[in-house]
Order: sequence, then structure tokens, then C-alpha cells
Amino acid sequence: MTAAGPALSRRARPLPDRTVLLVLTFLATSALLLLSHNGPLLERLGALGAVLRNPIVEAVVVSLFLANVLFAYLWRAAPWAKALVGLGSLLLVLPWAGQEDTSLLDLSIQIMIFAALALGLNIVVGLAGLLDLGYVAFFAVGAYVWGIFASPRFAEILRYYGENPGGTNELTLALGLFLTAITAASMIYIRRRTVRPTRASSWSFGLASFGLIAGLILTGRALLVLNAGAAAGLATGIHPSFFWLFLALSVLAAAVVGVLIGLPVLRLKGDYLAIITLGLGEVIRVLANNLDLYSAGSQGITPIRSASVPWFDRLAGALGFQPDQYYLLFLYVLVLILIAVILLVNVRLDRSRIGRAWIAIRDDEVAAQAMGVPLVQTKLIAFATGASFAGVMGMIFAAKQTFVSPESFNIFQSIGVLSMVILGGMGSFPGVILGAAVVTLLNLRILPGLGEATANVPWIPQQVNPGQLQRLVFGIILVTIMLLRPEGLLPSRRRVLELHHDDNQEDDSAQGAGPALTAGGGDVFSPGYATRKEDESAGTTGRGKP
Amino acid sequence: MDLATLLPFVVNVIAGGLVLGFVYAIIALGYTMVYGVLQLINFAHSEVFVTGAVVGFEVFRVLAPNPMNGYLKLLIALVAAMIVSGLLNVLIERLAYRPLRNAPKLVPLITAIGVSLILQDVLRIIEGFQGRFDLTYTLPAGFSGRFCAEGSSCAGLGNVLRTVGIDLQLKDVILIVVALLSLAVLNYLVNRTRLGKAIRAVAQDRVTAGLMGIDANRMISATFLIGGALGGISGVLFGIKFGTVNAYSGFDPGIIAFTAAVLGGIGSIPGAVLGGLVLGVIQNLIGVTNIFGQLLGIANLEAIDASYQRIGAFIVLVLILIFKPTGLLGKSNVEKV
Repeated sequence: MTAAGPALSRRARPLPDRTVLLVLTFLATSALLLLSHNGPLLERLGALGAVLRNPIVEAVVVSLFLANVLFAYLWRAAPWAKALVGLGSLLLVLPWAGQEDTSLLDLSIQIMIFAALALGLNIVVGLAGLLDLGYVAFFAVGAYVWGIFASPRFAEILRYYGENPGGTNELTLALGLFLTAITAASMIYIRRRTVRPTRASSWSFGLASFGLIAGLILTGRALLVLNAGAAAGLATGIHPSFFWLFLALSVLAAAVVGVLIGLPVLRLKGDYLAIITLGLGEVIRVLANNLDLYSAGSQGITPIRSASVPWFDRLAGALGFQPDQYYLLFLYVLVLILIAVILLVNVRLDRSRIGRAWIAIRDDEVAAQAMGVPLVQTKLIAFATGASFAGVMGMIFAAKQTFVSPESFNIFQSIGVLSMVILGGMGSFPGVILGAAVVTLLNLRILPGLGEATANVPWIPQQVNPGQLQRLVFGIILVTIMLLRPEGLLPSRRRVLELHHDDNQEDDSAQGAGPALTAGGGDVFSPGYATRKEDESAGTTGRGKP
Repeated sequence: MDLATLLPFVVNVIAGGLVLGFVYAIIALGYTMVYGVLQLINFAHSEVFVTGAVVGFEVFRVLAPNPMNGYLKLLIALVAAMIVSGLLNVLIERLAYRPLRNAPKLVPLITAIGVSLILQDVLRIIEGFQGRFDLTYTLPAGFSGRFCAEGSSCAGLGNVLRTVGIDLQLKDVILIVVALLSLAVLNYLVNRTRLGKAIRAVAQDRVTAGLMGIDANRMISATFLIGGALGGISGVLFGIKFGTVNAYSGFDPGIIAFTAAVLGGIGSIPGAVLGGLVLGVIQNLIGVTNIFGQLLGIANLEAIDASYQRIGAFIVLVLILIFKPTGLLGKSNVEKV
């Protein structure tokens, strides 16, 4: 999390201390959540139980409970209370309630998956200012990487290649490896050697990249053919202990696809980039839909295994979870850890040289380039970083659903993630997470809950049953929030400063800032102008702020 | 199959692609006009165009028992769709875009997406109350027949088409004529009238245009009105061409049309038309690639069927934009520092 909440920075007076209120809210909502997900207890409560069982009430209870974590972030309270509420809700109460109602675990994993996606897209759109409408493609890459290998699909692919070996033998493998190595080396060499791209250098680079792709295809094909004999032993996919290797591989695969997509299109700007990324996202979806051998087409791949961690299963068993809940609990903990890692990476990147380069590019590409920011490289890093987050979450999505099909990766998903980013506040990490939570809760709990609760109300016609109106309600919420809060729900501090520049103008002007500067040190020569010393310190690292 | 039979086949595929392309072109104009003035991807345009299609459907349905001339029915449908879609577009601009004129660019994009979601459900509810979902056009008799059928004597254009071997339905010809007429009117409106001049001025520089005494808000409304009217026309044409429409069927052609607008160079009117035609032809060609594969005996081509149509459109777009980053007819926008 950033050092101070945006709400804090804008107010002159410190917020009242709300430690007691925070703890009380936490206790009350936790009790409500646990109560409303405890079947036997609800039975005994009679009428109150029936109320709590109502889908709307349940959705509200879940939302209130999750709002706890938000309050822990927003309110001024003692650090121990914040830690208690944050950790207690996520590590204790949610899994506990999830024990009774598995869908709650599922929902929380889904929220965190979308939060990670939104954080990734936030880097691309919010920080680097590249409008990417095909972000879900990277999610699909991660999902399919794990989906293909951890399901019977892999055995079928091997069997196919065993039956159609062509002329492949060990020599092909050697040739493929050789071609891959030599083209990769020459690509690096050309990159290193070219100071300014010329026609010859770009052509040779393009040729080498084609060679690289050919080499990779040859190698992959040879590997598949040569290992075709293993198909019988892989009837249910590879061993689950490869999960950790594939966690790294899915990050890598998504990042590589990000670079591959990014390389040709990053010369384009704004809406041209938007439509191209949208198109490439569609290309990946249509390929998944049509390459029946690898992706099982529109039927999708199933069943997909999750990781097997024996000690974790024993622990979960000891805590009273059912065996069929083990993998969900495991994924819940894993995704929680991953979110923490991603958040940490985000915060570190945001404050690093790259983060500042992204923001410079977003604000003014030409000026940033003039200041020596390498455009393509910086944009590619943004693309690849965002993509890698999506890749790892795609893999977890596949493991959670035990099923992937192209339907999960259509444009609406991309647009949904984009709306989370913008709804929460572009460039603001807590805001983006909030946006993801709000949108996911709306789509998965609140709107279906409304629909379910009103399905049998006689005076509501079938056509306007809220269950059928999800798009309408979601659309109205999107428009309303954007009209009322164009900066998003929790705008980033930087953005608030930019957008409210006019309001702060007086303070920035010479007269306004004069006394403040002179009050700080005695060596200010003219009011409003920083001394040379300060200028230098601001120019180097930014650490030298007084 | 030999060349003598293959050639008419290819010609017909291209002709069909051009017909489809005109529908895309008119939709693309709606995108490009709004983009030219506001630099905003109007995601709601696909729903504006579906609204036009729905209005057209209703007009044809209501007028079906009436023994009126078919062309008169078409005219009524077109006018009604133009009015409804145009006003709807103006309303959308007033409510969802104007308050955000000075917000960051992505904010109106999100409201556009929100509006398009709202409109989809509103259309579905309105038609759903009458128990309909897929709206099947009941066209006037004869519209679905062949243009210049075998055995009948026909002169002029029909004769030329028959000699070349192009086999079109009457509705295809009507569609092309309507599209060309609306293009001509639009061209006149934008390039020859005071209104068009003012719109172009606002598109170029809103603030300076304001200083010259042009009411930018009114001109933007006018642009949305024209764009919506074009959306209405294209909706009716889409309905005539494909026969059925439902509340969600705007998305696909909307995306293709936007691709067409970008392909031609977004903001450029002739570019949008060219992009639409190119994409229509490419789509139709990809749809029959498997037939070529069978003819030529190439197994890999046989696997490419109509489900790859959209991919083809996007790959062409990527290739063209890599070599010409501003689209086919787009002006290169030199950035001043």
C-alpha cells in the first residue's frame, strides 16, 4: 500500500481516530458472515434465519464483510487494529466461513484473480498510458499453458504426434535447437550493434526473428514426437508437483506473448493501439476456439488438475475442511500470497526509475523521448509486466475452475477489467483493487442475488427481473460512477494533484510558496525560486527532499 | 474445377464482399465522424445502429399487411430509423459524454461502454415484452428475388452484371444504392454546407472555432445527430442484408466497422468507406478459403473457414498499420513539441 491514503493527503485536519469503530465493525460483520453461512444455526433461528438466508441479504453481508478490509485501509486507526482486521478477515474469518459455504472461497479467489488482473492492466493503462483492450489474451495464455499440460489433453497431443511423426528424428531436434540458439544470439547481436535502426538492420532483425520462430516450432515438434511414447502414462496430465514449475512458466509465457504482441504494435498510439490489442486478443480467442488439437475447441479442456501439497491437505483436514475443499483453500492461500507479491512488485516498480519513465511516457511521449526515456523498451516492459501478472492468474483460474474454454476470454472480460481499473481510479493500487472487488461482487453476487430474490415476485414481469438486467444495472453503475467521480473511487494521489492543479495553483505560485520556502532554510535568495542545492537534489534521486 | 468456372465464383465472392462492405462502411462512418470531432471511440454506436435495425424491423412488421409499394416501405423504415437513432445518439452525447468533456480520455470511453450495455438490455426488454428476441425482417415481396433473374429481359446495369457473371439479389442492389446515396448526401453535407464547414472547424480546433463564433456544443450535437442517422440507415441495411437482428447482434459488426474506420484512417470519411469495403471483401474471401483449399488440394487452407473471418480482418489491420501507422487514407499527424 502507498504510504498515505489519498483521502488522507487531501485533508488538512487529521481524521478522527477510529480504532474502536474499526474493531467493532470487524467483529460485527465477521459474526454476521459466520452466522449467515452456518446452516444448522440458521435452522434454529427460525424467522431471522430465513431473512439471513435471503440471497440479497447474503450478498449484502458478504459485501459488508469485505468492506472491513477497505475500512482498515482508509480509516485512521492503531496499526495493531489495522493488522488485526486485515489479516483476521482474510486469513481467519473468510476461510472459516468458506468451510460452510465453498462458494465464498470461490468468490474470494475470483475477486483476487480480478484484482491481480486489474493491477496488471493498471500498469499498462494507468501508469504507461497504453490503452490495451485485449488484456485477457494474456490471461488466456496462462490458463491454457496449465490447462493443456495438467489435463488429458497433453496425452492426446502426444498421441497425435506419435501417429503423425513426419520425418522427425533426433536430427530435427538438434537442428531446431541450433536454429533457435543461433537466431536468438544474432537477434541480441543486432540489437546491441544498432545505434540507429537502418533498413538493413531491421530487415536482418526481422529475418532472425522468423528464424527463431521456425527454430522453436521445430524444437517443440521434435520434442513432442520423440516423447510420444509417454502418452500412455499421462492419461490425466502431468504430475501435479510440476505446478510450481508451471507457475514460473505461465509468467514467462505470458510475458513472452506480451513482448511478441507488443513489438510490432507499440509504434502505434492511442486508439490505434486500442483496436490492435483488441484484435490480437480476439485472434488468441479465435485460435483457442479453432485449434481443436491443442485447446479442444469450443468444448474446452477439462478436467484440469490443481497442485497437490500433502502437508497443506493434512493441515486443511485438521482444520475441519472437506477433502473436496482442499484445493480451493490451497488456491485461496496461494492467490493471497501472490496478490501480496504483485502488490509489492507494483509499489516498488511505481517508485523506481521505470515507474517514473512510464508516467513520463503517459503524460507526454515526445517530451519523455527527448529526455532520454527509451520508448519501445519502456513500453515493452510495461506490456510484459502486466501480461505476466495476467499469466499467473490465468493458471490459477484454470486450476480453480478445472475447466477452460474460449468463452472465458472474450472481449467483455477485457472490457470488464478495464472498467475495474478506471472505476477504482487509474494509477492507484488500492483503488484498482477496490474496483475489482466492487465489479466482481456486483457481477457474481449482488446482481445474481437480486435476480434470485425477485424471481418469484409475481408483480415483476419476467423481462425486467433483475437477474435478467445485469448488463443494464452494471451499465448504469458504470455511467453514474464515471459522471460523479471521473477520477475513480480511490484516485491516486498523483492524479488528484494533476486534475486539481487549478485548485492548488495559488500554493504553487511564487507568493504562496514563498513563506514556506523561507521558513525551511535561510538560504533562499528570491521567494518562490528553489535554491540550486534543492534543484540538484530533486534532479538526482528524489531522496534529497528536505 | 478449372479456371473458367472458378473465375465467376471469385467475382461473385468479391461482389458479395462489396455489398457487405457497404454496410460496414456506413457503420464505420458513424464511428469516424464522432471520433473526428471528439477523439472518442463511441462504443455505444453499435447499439445505436442496432436500434436503427430494430426500428426498421418494426416499420416493416407494421407495414407488412399494407399493400403499399415496397420501396415506399423501405423509405419509411429508413427515415424512421434515422430519426430515432439520430435523436438517441444526441441524447447519449448530452447525458454521458458532454459532462465529461474535460475529463481524461478513458473516462468517456467507460461511459460509452456503460451506455452500450444499458441500451442492449433496454432493447431486449422492449422487444421482450412482445415475446420477441430474434427479430426476423419481413421484407416486401420481391426484395429477396434475384436482380435481373434468368430468362427475364433486362437492360442497362442488370445486363452488364449478367454478362460479367455477377449474380446479386435485388436487396443487395437496393443496399448499394441506398449506401451510395447516403454517402453522396453526407459528402455534400460535410464539404459543401455551412454546417459541414463549422463541424470541420470544431473537429480541427474546438477552442479556436469557439472564438470564431461557432457554438461547439451545437456542432458536436449535430455531428452526433448525423452519425446516429447514418447508424439508423446502416441498421436497416444490416437487417435487410442478414434478415435477423437481436439486441446483442450489434457487437460483432460494430467491432468490424470500427476496425474498418481505423484501417482507413480514423477521422477520414473516404477512409472509412474504403476500410469497410476492404474488410467486407476480405471477410468474404476468408469465408471461402476452404473451398480454394479443396480446389488446390492444400490441406492447411481447407481448415480455414468462416470462423476465421474476424481474425483475417484483424491481421490485415495489423499488417496495414505496421506499414502505414495512420491507416490507408489517414493524414499523418505530425506532433509539434
